[in-house]
Amino acid sequence: MPENNRAVIKLKEKFAASIVEVAEFRGDVTVTVKKEDLLAVLSFLKQSLQYNLLTDVTAVDYLGKKADRFMMVYQLCSIPNKDRLRIKAAVSEGDCRVQSTTQVWATANWLEREVYDLFGISFDNHPDLRRILMTPEWEGHPLRKDYPLQGPDREPYKGRLS
Amino acid sequence: MATTEKMTLNMGPQHPSTHGVLRLVLELDGEVITKITPDIGYLHRGVEKLSEHRTYHQTLPLTDRLDYLAPMSNNLGYILTVEKLLGIQVPERAQTIRIIMAEMARLQSHLVWLACHALDIGAMTVFLYCFREREVVMETYELISGARMTSNYFRAGGLSQDVPPEFEKKVRDFVESMPANIDTYEGLLTTNPIWRKRTIGNGVISAEDAIDIGITGPALRGSGVDWDLRRDIPYAGYENYAFEVPVGENCDTYDRYKVRLVEMRESCKIISQALDRLKPGPVLADEPQICYPPKENVYNSIEGLIHHFKIASEGYPVPEGEVYQGVEAPKGELGYYMVSDGSSKPYRMRVRPPSFVNLQAIEKMCLGSMIADLVAVIGTLDIVLGEIDR
Repeated sequence: MPENNRAVIKLKEKFAASIVEVAEFRGDVTVTVKKEDLLAVLSFLKQSLQYNLLTDVTAVDYLGKKADRFMMVYQLCSIPNKDRLRIKAAVSEGDCRVQSTTQVWATANWLEREVYDLFGISFDNHPDLRRILMTPEWEGHPLRKDYPLQGPDREPYKGRLS
Repeated sequence: MATTEKMTLNMGPQHPSTHGVLRLVLELDGEVITKITPDIGYLHRGVEKLSEHRTYHQTLPLTDRLDYLAPMSNNLGYILTVEKLLGIQVPERAQTIRIIMAEMARLQSHLVWLACHALDIGAMTVFLYCFREREVVMETYELISGARMTSNYFRAGGLSQDVPPEFEKKVRDFVESMPANIDTYEGLLTTNPIWRKRTIGNGVISAEDAIDIGITGPALRGSGVDWDLRRDIPYAGYENYAFEVPVGENCDTYDRYKVRLVEMRESCKIISQALDRLKPGPVLADEPQICYPPKENVYNSIEGLIHHFKIASEGYPVPEGEVYQGVEAPKGELGYYMVSDGSSKPYRMRVRPPSFVNLQAIEKMCLGSMIADLVAVIGTLDIVLGEIDR
């Protein structure tokens, strides 16, 4: 049960107002928090609960599926406690920006650049926010759901003819 | 009066020591590096985007092409994630063969690492020896999957097919010969004064910095952090195998070299244990919704043919949800984060490549050192651009 997770117990004590949802699926515990408190929650998890390794930062585009289009996803790992935790925060298309976590983990630098490059979510206080995989002059953000698979200037793929 | 100024030097993307298409823009003060700006993305193929338009089964071959020096490790990570979403178990024989192949992939990857790393520093002989041994791993790949590199061998629920009878002997002979081969490499390098001069004290990164930057795998263990997903967050049945996790002390290139060599020996031990446990049995789970039917049914009955056709054309539906699964790939933690919307295609598939995160450390490891040491650091980080750029 997610209620018994050590991080969930502490987060409920300290950030009761910021937690939007706590879920568990196949043993993975996910805590969704409000975007405004994201940085505070993540720093707390690192400083007080020993989630010292930021494994991954990514985003998901829920175009047309959810009220807030994007979801930031942070995978945390605790080396001393050997457990994982996933923190998510919804980001709306109108206010497409999040606080950078580079102050908490240096890992976030390139991972956030990738999210910026492929999803177009920008990060406040990021030291070096540039595109990373696409070329600097590239237009659009390829991992958005409304970005065509074949690229912007080509006929859409109509499936195999055979 | 003489004046000096800093020089900007372009290294790569076509440079033999950058192990692929890595480009580094270096700022140099004489021969000393004062700034490194990595430029990546030359090999970006949009694997994550492509996978959103393919069924789970069709996405598997894309993962071969991430870390193409250890395709089976990528297959394993991907398939475990899909199986976690599906919530299915695999038969014991399939699981054992998966472990054998994942460890063979580790040996293969470490052999290429040692070969290229030593070649970069100037030891040509090791390169030839390592590629000789790697060839056996490639032959094993070909034996079981038909392809030397792009194996595409695992399936949700087990394996695409059972291994042929000669597999066991081939792998056992290889594993038994490997310790002596590793002794040979060590004989050429470990006490070699040139090798020691080039690697001891090179590319130092402390344990705190390594964790802060998110380094995983042998590079993290070389900095003295005792962390191995196979032991600490076990997957695919690794909890049933006995192996040591080597840890370095001095956080330098030499210690990372020693860690990887011990890892190769440990991989051989794991493979031997797995071979001892290999019992006849099914290699695919009894899940007709997900697994392809046996070929004789497809060829000989209309029901089998329809069954095969349905899975091939529509794929299999995967329950709605999201999971993350990390595996200890040869280069570090390879993670897959998958979001399913209940259809037969991933709504979002994220690959967390170890090399991408590890490469971030390059500036920290090289600032203030000579340009020739940079080549050793690229080697010791053991990056592969197929995985960085995806």
